[in-house]
Amino acid sequence: MTSNPNTALPVQVQSLSKYFGDVGAVVDVSFDIRAGEFLTLLGPSGSGKTTLLMMIAGFSRPSDGSIRIAGQEIVHLPPHKRNIGMVFQNYALFPHMTVGENIAYPLQLRKFGKAEIEDRVRKVLDLVQLGVYASRHVSQLSGGQRQRIALARAIVFEPRILLMDEPLSALDKQLRETMQIEIRRIHDRLGMTTISVTHDQREALTMSDRIAVFHNGRLAQIATPSGLYEKPENRFIAEFIGESSFIPLNLTDAGLAYGDQLIKLPQEVSYQTVNPMLMLRPERLRLARPDDANRAANVFAGQVHSVIFQGESLLFEVMLDGGHKVLVRLANCSENNRTLPRAGERIALHLERDDARVVRAEA
Amino acid sequence: MSEATLQASFSTVSQVELERNRVALDKDKRSEARAMFRLTLPAVAIIGLLMVVPIGWLLSMSFVNLDGQIGVDNYRLFFNEPVYRDMFISTFQIAFVVTAICILLGYPVAYLLAILPPPWSGLLMLAVLMPFWTSGLVRTFSWLIILQRNGLVNSALIGMGLVERPIPLVHNMTGTIIGMVHIMVPFLILPLYASMKAIDGNLMRAAANLGSTPAHAFRRVYLPLSMPGLIAGTIMIFVMCLGFYITPALLGGGKVKMIAQRIEESLSLYPTWGPASALAVLLLIVTAICLSISLYLVRRLSAGRE
Amino acid sequence: METHVSHRERLWLYIWVGLVIFYLIAPTLVVIPVSFTSTTSLLFPPPAWSTRWYEAFFGQEKWLAATWVSLRVALGTMIITTVAGIAASYALHVSGFRLSSAIRGMLISPLAVPSILIAVGIFFVYAMIGGLLNTITGMILAHSVVAMPFVILTMAAGFESYDMTQEMVARSLGANRFKAFMTVTLPQMKFSAATSMLLAFLVSFDELIISLMISSGPVATLPRVTFATLRDDVDPTLAAVSTLMLIVTCFPPVILHIVTNRARRKAGRDAG
Repeated sequence: MTSNPNTALPVQVQSLSKYFGDVGAVVDVSFDIRAGEFLTLLGPSGSGKTTLLMMIAGFSRPSDGSIRIAGQEIVHLPPHKRNIGMVFQNYALFPHMTVGENIAYPLQLRKFGKAEIEDRVRKVLDLVQLGVYASRHVSQLSGGQRQRIALARAIVFEPRILLMDEPLSALDKQLRETMQIEIRRIHDRLGMTTISVTHDQREALTMSDRIAVFHNGRLAQIATPSGLYEKPENRFIAEFIGESSFIPLNLTDAGLAYGDQLIKLPQEVSYQTVNPMLMLRPERLRLARPDDANRAANVFAGQVHSVIFQGESLLFEVMLDGGHKVLVRLANCSENNRTLPRAGERIALHLERDDARVVRAEA
Repeated sequence: MSEATLQASFSTVSQVELERNRVALDKDKRSEARAMFRLTLPAVAIIGLLMVVPIGWLLSMSFVNLDGQIGVDNYRLFFNEPVYRDMFISTFQIAFVVTAICILLGYPVAYLLAILPPPWSGLLMLAVLMPFWTSGLVRTFSWLIILQRNGLVNSALIGMGLVERPIPLVHNMTGTIIGMVHIMVPFLILPLYASMKAIDGNLMRAAANLGSTPAHAFRRVYLPLSMPGLIAGTIMIFVMCLGFYITPALLGGGKVKMIAQRIEESLSLYPTWGPASALAVLLLIVTAICLSISLYLVRRLSAGRE
Repeated sequence: METHVSHRERLWLYIWVGLVIFYLIAPTLVVIPVSFTSTTSLLFPPPAWSTRWYEAFFGQEKWLAATWVSLRVALGTMIITTVAGIAASYALHVSGFRLSSAIRGMLISPLAVPSILIAVGIFFVYAMIGGLLNTITGMILAHSVVAMPFVILTMAAGFESYDMTQEMVARSLGANRFKAFMTVTLPQMKFSAATSMLLAFLVSFDELIISLMISSGPVATLPRVTFATLRDDVDPTLAAVSTLMLIVTCFPPVILHIVTNRARRKAGRDAG
């Protein structure tokens, strides 16, 4: 297997739509994928991300739009002519063949010689660290092993693009986290353009170069993981990536305010006039005494509603005087534990100016 | 798109190209549907040319009189010739009796099949399915052996002193009925079993809990719920009885004439195929009516469940 | 389903069902001992044993010819019906084109039509167009009509429990629909395909009414000759024929059942 990022291909999706009757599963989606990039399509079920993947693979016919790979239109090509590797959610390994035969299948279709096939199968099995499994039967493999064989089979013929449909959803938590790193490692080594579909935001954040978030069939936002986390465009995305609390703001002459309180914002944020909300990430709020003053931060007065122990952190539910509930997360360490407020106590929440984010309310 | 979206420097696709895609996609969809349709053609051709078309032809032929004119003479035969009247009566008589006996014999079997746990249910199912693997001809012949004058049944009856002379059990309606029940019972059991299997076990328990005896619960809860399957199976075997040939031909001894036999005879009895066609059409119509009634009743009974 | 009704209370049910099952299975077995009788009567139990009736069967031209005809026709029916039926079932399962439910209904309809009607219809067609009456080919096509529903239903059930993503994967790896079907789908539908073939074979082998109408003389099938003999000339050769037919029709399903169960148990063990 060659590691040659220069042979990876870029993908361009334009105005892609898929309607089932009147229902729009995918509506006017356009975006570009750079060669060699690891892009994750993220969204809740029914958001259209899997349908989009299926259209790129060729198993679903678009109602409208264009899909180009390196400038070439592929939307009318049947799946077996697209030369795209695909890993399905249930792996779909052929049960009537051994592991080796499974992996050899695409090579046989492409009329490779016997020696060449054996060589490639061996190399790809080594890559997924299942070198001795060539003669095993599919029924003898565990879930994680099947996943790696499915991946091996999808990349053995060196496709320029790899598609994955919720590849890790069937694995348990431990295995999932190991495989996230494994898959990323293989991606970096082989340098192919990878498009992966998932509903798990942690998986998306861990593995991707960029994430495209989908909602009701439309592309809500496409950005790097930190870009999405720090600057979500609207409430839906902010809620989908990481946890947040939101408090409504209103536009006054002096700027955006929560009730009477003017909000201190970092300079580069433009004032959004349509239903602005202040996004409060739980880990970016500090709990302080009601009388602690802080000129630079935004200070909100409130009362602790409950404290929830969550192992590595403590989650506080705080009711602001303005009537909104806000979540605060503190690390479970001795420094914090010394000054822990209790349920019923009045406290002040501090939000640094640079941590203040404003988002649109509607999706 | 806001500043969070990164754009790569690709040329965008023009409207003309998008339109071209739409056309290509549409063409592709239609050609795939056509290819799939073509895959069904061999099977469709066989059934269409050898069953659908001939039956349509039968219909038209039934309206051609013996002298070649269009008319309903063939149908008038049914009213004029007493042979036909007897045939209709005996056909329906036998069909009713056979169906009734089948229900009596088959309902308990289907019930047991539905409530037995595995592996017993599997064994019972095997026993019920076994007759399907034996030819109707062989089964009919074996009844000939058993029911004949010096056959098993008569020897047993004489031996036990119940009768003095052998009773004629075969070459008459009795033998025909015994033989037909033997063939039809499995056909009743299967659809009945399928519908019984779908009955929620908790319903009977709930009835018991509310104070009902097993017999009462059966009558008021189970029996009504098994009706759709019972009706479907009953009408199916009734229709099969109407059109049956082998058993009445072999065990009827010439005294029993059902429609199927009459149709076959009519081919050689009359100079044209008109009478045979008319009878065939009649059988077809009765079959169609019975099936429609069945569909209607099943749908209505099942809808009431929702 | 467990019920709260005790076994003792249901004893009458067990007895009744036992009797019915006995009634269904036992009578057919009578032909076996009778086929070994030494007399020319159909006495059961036979007074003495002999294999003369089997010798009669294998010795007479009419029986051997008829068997050979039945085998050829059944084989031909099996091949044609299975190929056409699998293709049609696949197309009906995979695509929802507008006519598919109508076509499915049409292909299954021979089950609902009394066979005498199908027989008469085919007879008329063959008599008119000529060249097919009294021929092996004609009979193969005719038997295919009644065998087709069995293939369609069996394959439909098989497709229902088959995971179509297997075929999708094969296509994503570079196989076109046909290749994907042949190398991935069909091998996994072995049992449905085998059952379909068996059913088609048996339906044809047992078929009487259609054969009565469209075959005679040298092209008469075994059931047809048996039927004629039953009417005219009853002797225990018929019992021998019946026993042989029983073996031919009962053996394969039992073997298929055993093979299927063994394979299923093996798959269960491996996956465990």
